[in-house]
Amino acid sequence: MTALLLRDLRLAVRAGGGFGLGLAFFLIVIVLVPFGVGPGAQTLTLIAPGILWVAALLAALLSLDRIFALDWEDGALALIATSPLPLEGVALVKAVAHWITTGLPLTLAAPVLGFLLNLAPPAYPWLLATLALGTPALSMIGTFGAALTVGLRRGGLLMSLLVLPLYVPTLIYGAEAVRRGAEGQGAGTPLMLMGGITFGALALLPFATAAALRVNLR
Amino acid sequence: MPELGNYAAEVLSAYAISLLLLAGIVALSLRRGRRVKRELQEVERDHG
Amino acid sequence: MSIWEYANPKKFIATTTPLIPWAFGLAGAAIVGALIWGFFFTPDDYRQGSTVKIIYLHVPSAMMAINAWVMMLVASLIWLIRRHHVSALAARAAAPVGITMTLMALVTGAIWGQPMWGTFWAWDPRLTSFLILFLFYLGYVALWEAIEDPDTAADLTSVLCIVGSVFAVLSRYAVLFWNQGLHQGASLSLDAEENVADVFYFPLLLSIAGFVLLFIALVLYRTQTEIRVRRMRALLARSRRAGTREARA
Repeated sequence: MTALLLRDLRLAVRAGGGFGLGLAFFLIVIVLVPFGVGPGAQTLTLIAPGILWVAALLAALLSLDRIFALDWEDGALALIATSPLPLEGVALVKAVAHWITTGLPLTLAAPVLGFLLNLAPPAYPWLLATLALGTPALSMIGTFGAALTVGLRRGGLLMSLLVLPLYVPTLIYGAEAVRRGAEGQGAGTPLMLMGGITFGALALLPFATAAALRVNLR
Repeated sequence: MPELGNYAAEVLSAYAISLLLLAGIVALSLRRGRRVKRELQEVERDHG
Repeated sequence: MSIWEYANPKKFIATTTPLIPWAFGLAGAAIVGALIWGFFFTPDDYRQGSTVKIIYLHVPSAMMAINAWVMMLVASLIWLIRRHHVSALAARAAAPVGITMTLMALVTGAIWGQPMWGTFWAWDPRLTSFLILFLFYLGYVALWEAIEDPDTAADLTSVLCIVGSVFAVLSRYAVLFWNQGLHQGASLSLDAEENVADVFYFPLLLSIAGFVLLFIALVLYRTQTEIRVRRMRALLARSRRAGTREARA
């Protein structure tokens, strides 16, 4: 498992692996928003929690098709499937690797971008907490979507259609927690609900992902 | 025709759109069903 | 004799063919009857005016939008567990019907909301949940369309349907948490206190019965179509294989 994880991370960091692309996308979306809605500080403060979350979600979505596509094309996936590691474990490792290369940088970059959107000061810890807790769910759900569409040649667009509705609960709780944090209310409830989704997804979705992979490798 | 009051446009458009949607799904299903049935007969004759 | 005998495609077609005209006929009669009854012979509501007549379209379509998804979930489970092709094809056949019902519920709801709430669209929990359900349906149908091999498509869409069901329920509660909403409580419930009045209730029941029958008729018919498509493809593939064998010999 560790070997597979390290291999995936090495591949992602190597040139052309797409590491950092998601981060750059996140930055650009955040920069574009004030051009769209105007530079008024109050407006930006109001919409900052939602925009930060939606942008993080889209950035995570962007790199999903890399999770399995390269291994599928060169046959490495079939090889990995015959290894003693169960496919459920492979699915989990893939999601973790995606999270380390996408979710973690997004989480760390988000507070900096929060300044650009004039995010209310009390919201920063909540932003960090929700993204740290929520992006693993995004990676796991996305890995499931990638496994469903891995056999298709142009599956990217279809995958967005499949994955985005599944992101709805995570997005709602995440953005809601940040918004409540910004207003100084207790944001513990949405945070805990989101944690429930994350851990539920991490516990159950590897099985669905492995089932989809088995069908595609048949 | 019953008296619909101020909301005639809303009620009538809701009925019109709904009936249109129902008719649409039924018509599409029937058309595709008929075409497939005919094609299957041809295929069965040629290749059966 | 067990219910699984109908998993045989030939038997399924033979059994359902005589049923389908009846189902369509009864469905048409019930829906037309209910709508005429509701449209011409029920009074206006004292608060909602004549817009109350939209209920005969809105409530049944909304119910069937959810029921269709539940039926797809059950059919997907049957396919994954017992591998009956008819089951997978029935799930596929139901999806477009479900989309139509969801769209109808959304449109009639929006039209009703305009005079009542003063806006076509409010991010109300129920409306939002239906919009999300609509997106789930779109993804499901798109996945069916995208995959060539029918068994692979059946497997993957079934997995998607199961995962999607869980997330649809999660979304429902997330949306409820997110916005408390304008929508009134359930129009129908076993608790008679909050039910709609009898004048509206009976035509509504008839309309619901009609929609259920229409759904059954459409799904049976469309499943037959899917079975024929699959048989046609199998025949063509077989004769193509035979052709290449002869060419080689």
